[in-house]
Amino acid sequence: MPIPPPTPNTTVINLETPKKFRPLIGQAHTVAQEVLRPIARKYDVAEHERPKELDFLAAILNGMEDSGATSGAGAAGAGKGEDKPANGNGSDPAATKNGSNLSTALSIMEMCWGDVGLLLSIPGQGLGNSASAAVASPEQLEEFGGRWAAMAITEPEAGSDSASIRTTADLDPGTGEYVLNGEKIYVTSGERAELVVVWATLDRSVGRAAIKSFIVERTNPGMKLDRLEHKLGIRASDTAAFILQDCRVPASALLGSPEVDVKKGFGGVMQTFDNTRPLVAAMAVGCARACLDFTREALDQAGVGIDYDKPALSQSAAAAKFLAMEAEYDAARLLTMQAAWMADNRKPNSVQASIAKAKAGRTGTDVAFGCIELCGAIGVTETELLEKWARDVKILDIFEGTQQIQQLIIARQLLGRTSAQLK
Amino acid sequence: MSTVAERSTGLALKAIRQIAGLEVIDRVGLRGPAERALYSVTKNGMGAAATAGRTFTVVTGNGKSTRPRPANPKGLFDLTPDEDQQMIVEAMKEFAAAELRPVALAADSACAAPAELLESAGELGLATLGVPEELGGSAAEKSAVTGVLVGEALAHGDLGLAAAVLSTGAVPTALGLWGDAAQQATYLPAFTGEEVAVSALAILEPRPLFDPFALQSTARRTADGFVLDGVKALVPRAADAELFLVAAELEDRGPALFLVPTSAGGVTVTAEPAMGARAASTATVAFTNVPLPEVALLADGDQEVYAECIHRARLAWCALSVGAAQAALDYLIPYVNERVAFGEPIANRQAVAFQISDIAIEVAGMRLATWRAASRADAGNGFFREAAVARQLCVKHGAEIGSAAVQLLGGHGYTKEYPVERWYRDLRTAGVFEGALLV
Repeated sequence: MPIPPPTPNTTVINLETPKKFRPLIGQAHTVAQEVLRPIARKYDVAEHERPKELDFLAAILNGMEDSGATSGAGAAGAGKGEDKPANGNGSDPAATKNGSNLSTALSIMEMCWGDVGLLLSIPGQGLGNSASAAVASPEQLEEFGGRWAAMAITEPEAGSDSASIRTTADLDPGTGEYVLNGEKIYVTSGERAELVVVWATLDRSVGRAAIKSFIVERTNPGMKLDRLEHKLGIRASDTAAFILQDCRVPASALLGSPEVDVKKGFGGVMQTFDNTRPLVAAMAVGCARACLDFTREALDQAGVGIDYDKPALSQSAAAAKFLAMEAEYDAARLLTMQAAWMADNRKPNSVQASIAKAKAGRTGTDVAFGCIELCGAIGVTETELLEKWARDVKILDIFEGTQQIQQLIIARQLLGRTSAQLK
Repeated sequence: MSTVAERSTGLALKAIRQIAGLEVIDRVGLRGPAERALYSVTKNGMGAAATAGRTFTVVTGNGKSTRPRPANPKGLFDLTPDEDQQMIVEAMKEFAAAELRPVALAADSACAAPAELLESAGELGLATLGVPEELGGSAAEKSAVTGVLVGEALAHGDLGLAAAVLSTGAVPTALGLWGDAAQQATYLPAFTGEEVAVSALAILEPRPLFDPFALQSTARRTADGFVLDGVKALVPRAADAELFLVAAELEDRGPALFLVPTSAGGVTVTAEPAMGARAASTATVAFTNVPLPEVALLADGDQEVYAECIHRARLAWCALSVGAAQAALDYLIPYVNERVAFGEPIANRQAVAFQISDIAIEVAGMRLATWRAASRADAGNGFFREAAVARQLCVKHGAEIGSAAVQLLGGHGYTKEYPVERWYRDLRTAGVFEGALLV
């Protein structure tokens, strides 16, 4: 019986860090170790002080971006690199791509192994850049692309329910400008960024579809810095509140289409989350890794070994606990890579982005607290960084959509429920 | 070259008709790979029934053992199965839905898989998925990933039946991976030949905190081989097995694997129905003073091989857990959408909906961790840590998902009118197994 010749394999299931990203990730790890870790405690104590060391770092990262084949180590890379033939096999459009979403997620993991707050404070690497890159036109990218952008969504009366924001944008027919009025809080890097991407509604009676994002120069006199928050963690990162009072921006400041398309609804602005949520998940993964590495070493010194062959319950309770945490960490990391990989390959990843964010968010906090439990006093004193990581990591289960919001998004999509049905 | 359909008409095999008739094969344009994968099916069409308890005459072989070639990843992160894998998975999914799920409850109650189903599985070549093509099997390159995908697809139909049809493949898979030429020549024909033998990989022992690296079963050296003693638990289809691969502590070496034909004598099988995986006809097997020749020792007692076997078995159970957990999720989604309480579908309640989200989150993590370990195994990279991670996730979350599924159905979930109580039992039980399956 003749056997047909084997078909050449075009794909191989592989969940390792892509070979071509390893130099970039190695660089990011070095930066985390040599630049971020040494100043992590300093800016935890000196909240609201600008980490000037990061200005040099921004220059280095830009250099990495220019010299390397992939995007930089900050958040700015995601969402804008999909068009490049990222796998060196551009002739085959069906071939899988490992692009800037994945490389950025992996770099962020390394940087946040160093310090989450400082990663968020690196000029030009904020989530605002990622978010705006996802919806901006080529002209807008040209104009604003190289500049540090913060993201202003939350309001005192609109947190997770970002569709109910009250900040208004009215077109002034006389000048062709939009006039913004409202209050924005929890703007990460709001004080230090050059630009602020402000979410505002063109018509409150229309609902979600009328919500658009506007690029506002930080120096715009209509946007006044009200205060900086004092926080549980990520103190190196400034969190600003703004008052927008007759804040005038040119028509070209509106990102994406000015049309109010009720059918498309919230999609325009919400799609930015599909790119940024895996990055926040990556932050939690990196911070959890820092906790696990620290704890593994502490356990080693205490004479507790970890055995991957023996059943966990045949080992010490500490080893079993560590193995359990490491497994959840791995799941979070792989889910994050999956969500980023899907974005690189233009596969709809809304559910997976939320799955990654939910899993990484809860795992980050669980791992940090579990590591404190294992490390005891060393885990909570300010001599070491573990207590700081445990404070820092909590925000990652909150911003870019809380744990509960992710669960809502996942459930609505899997169950086919609308937001009116599943509230 | 005749088509699969033509050949299947001639051979009159139900399984071939079934797979060849699957519209998915035409839909995705996979006739070529499908035919190749079905090669093992067609080979098995001309057989006569073998007698139980066949004797295995030691064959020397040509001195060269054959193993599956390691896969060669290009280094890109990729979650796309290759064309062969996609075809096999689609076929197995349909097989599971059409042949496994409908008989799952009856098989669970009877503690046995229907004979017809076991025959079909044999004809499908499931026993030799891990055996190199050169030796008559159907493994091209990626035995572990393919094995994991197949396990997941079948367990979506039913975990117990998946265990029943896959368990007999563990021994030939082990022979393909680690057997020397003599062992392969002696034992593999029983699986690649006319009538597929039943075999079982026996690792687990019945005691608390069982550790496969600290066995109570022993193998003593004798002048011309070994004498084996020990008791093994939850051995699938042991009553029908003609060949066991048994883990025992080899004096001066550590835990090792021994090929034990039932015909060697001293083998006592006692049926031991369990809470779950009942369709796999689990039994306790006592080995008492079983004399074995030198050739019985697999891989010369290599400790690394033993550890690899343990981890590959755990991965196989992970795959089954993923399949069953996904089945539970797929069942729950329409149920909570249709079940009305207090005037609206219970899916409208966050307490219910968030439970669905959590199940989806954890199944996704279980699957990726399992795939990762398997892909590392295929690439020839160390995978024990990753397999330990996958097992931890699948044991913990698998059991939780089984419990959550029953909880979401409430009283319905507690009755046998609904399949979720079986997932509850199967997913809890799957986490207890060591050995029995292999990818």
